[in-house]
Amino acid sequence: MGRYVIRRLLQMIPVFIGATFLIFVMVYALGDPVAALFGDKAPDPATAARIREDLGLDKPLWQQYLHYMGNIFRGDFGTAFNGQKVTELMASAFPVTMKLTFVAIVIEIIVGIALGVVSGLKRGRPLDTSLLVLTLIVISVPTFVSGYLLQLLFGLKLGWVRPTVSSDAPLNELILPGIVLALVSLAYVTRLTRTSIGENARADYVRTAVAKGLPRRRVITKHLLRNSLIPVVTFIGADIGALMGGAIVTERIFNIHGVGYQLYNGILRGNTPTVVGFVTILVLVFLVANLLVDLLYAVLDPRIRYA
Amino acid sequence: MPDKTAEKVTTATGEPIPAAAVATDAGPAPAKARSLWSDAWHDLRRQPLFIISSVLILLLLVIAIWPGLFTSASPRQADLAKHYLQKPQWGHFFSPEWLGYDGQGRSIYARVIYGARASITVGVGVTLCVTVLGTFIGMIAGYFGGWIDSILSRVTDVFLGIPFLLGALVVLNTFEKRSVWVVILALAFLGWTQIARVARGAVITIKQADYVMAAKALGASTTRILFRHILPNALAPIIVVATIALGGYIAAEATLSFLGIGLTEPTISWGGDVSAGREQLRNAPFTLIVPSVMVSVTVLSFLMFGDAVRNALDPKLR
Repeated sequence: MGRYVIRRLLQMIPVFIGATFLIFVMVYALGDPVAALFGDKAPDPATAARIREDLGLDKPLWQQYLHYMGNIFRGDFGTAFNGQKVTELMASAFPVTMKLTFVAIVIEIIVGIALGVVSGLKRGRPLDTSLLVLTLIVISVPTFVSGYLLQLLFGLKLGWVRPTVSSDAPLNELILPGIVLALVSLAYVTRLTRTSIGENARADYVRTAVAKGLPRRRVITKHLLRNSLIPVVTFIGADIGALMGGAIVTERIFNIHGVGYQLYNGILRGNTPTVVGFVTILVLVFLVANLLVDLLYAVLDPRIRYA
Repeated sequence: MPDKTAEKVTTATGEPIPAAAVATDAGPAPAKARSLWSDAWHDLRRQPLFIISSVLILLLLVIAIWPGLFTSASPRQADLAKHYLQKPQWGHFFSPEWLGYDGQGRSIYARVIYGARASITVGVGVTLCVTVLGTFIGMIAGYFGGWIDSILSRVTDVFLGIPFLLGALVVLNTFEKRSVWVVILALAFLGWTQIARVARGAVITIKQADYVMAAKALGASTTRILFRHILPNALAPIIVVATIALGGYIAAEATLSFLGIGLTEPTISWGGDVSAGREQLRNAPFTLIVPSVMVSVTVLSFLMFGDAVRNALDPKLR
């Protein structure tokens, strides 16, 4: 197990470097952060050159990258162009997005797995078919559409919740945004669980458990569910990273000042330190989440052993 | 079930399939061996999902190609006297005022009709680019193996490590004017990884098949083996992933346009119209709802189509 973890960690290094370098190149080489700083006005050449020098933008790209990464490992993510430390922005943004992702994942797990189990056990019945059609519809509705429709319905027409989230983002205000963020993944979790349960329900060990006279509830929770959840766990683990990066739309609709909000503003204004810093963290979250998922396999399925 | 069909199905999905899953035909066994494709077509024609989605997609394609057939109004003609407070006239089917007017007094009905072209071009264009690029990379990685595979797989991991929406935002933000082609290239640049993985997996299974060994023994060139023997047999899982992804790309384009980093004027796009409509969410929600419904219905049609194709080509999932 230990050796497996070390090997995986070593494999993560080139992927981490590659992904961060790619983002670095895309932000720097494709855009011009100094021009972005001046907005629509053309910058005075001398001033622009001065800013370039101050920010180290006159050096070759790979030197800038090495310099930047060196700083990151000392905990210095640089300063956003407005003078605010990127780490300060992160300290205010990440907790909010983590809360939002947490709400979304919890909804996904509870509702998604419950619907999937019901659907999988009733395979082919009207309930299963209607759930299947429903998930297809939910997957088709882009987040920005479902976001506005639910905001319009619950926030403005019915007035059950505040249409936008206040700045300290308490958990109860994040429920509606959490549902919006979770919706598409929720439908996928339902479908995955359904397929998995449907396949395993015919397995020999389930028949044995039933033949032993175990109560139905115990067969489902202890035998069927544990074996069927493996693909679902993979999906949810990979989804954590995707949800944190994909919260841009949800955060924009509900005016939540999280990672997506900072990134969106950073990208629009060509604010390189913010963008590269936030994406670096997101890539790390994604890679670590995937590793944890693989390790969870061994817990869920004792047949899997890592050497 | 004749041998040839069974073998085809087995290799195409990558794993052996129990005979029961293959023999789903209710009718008597066909006299002639059917290929995977004619078998799939035979299935597809009976699926309600396929029929409904094909009709919708055909309609959308006609709208995209000849929008003038559906409305005489111009999507760009703005008449401020008719701005968003002009509510939809639900009885006036297919007339310019049917779905109301937007904030600048343009007919919403005409705009959603003319918006179809951009969305569908992006969806189809990205899918084609991604399929060609991903299949090529995956095939090379899977067939040659060794260090080539290691490098290509790591590159795939790198691209997978970047969240799709974020990468697209960064790339597209560097263009001032974003036409349909710019959006297609940007999304294809970031989106090929999924197909590459599927193609690699399929090729690794297929390259051990007897008929590939036979072709090699007969002295066939690598190109011939790859394109005549391996590609046709690896195509089924690739097509399944590609058709399902198509709907996703349409949704991605709409999302990017909604964020203001997708298609720009003068291209008419549903995402952009939703974004414009959100200013008047309280007073004139229809300016936002109409293009939203169009995006959703379009994505749904392509997803249903993809689902139907998968059911037909991948009998294991039934």
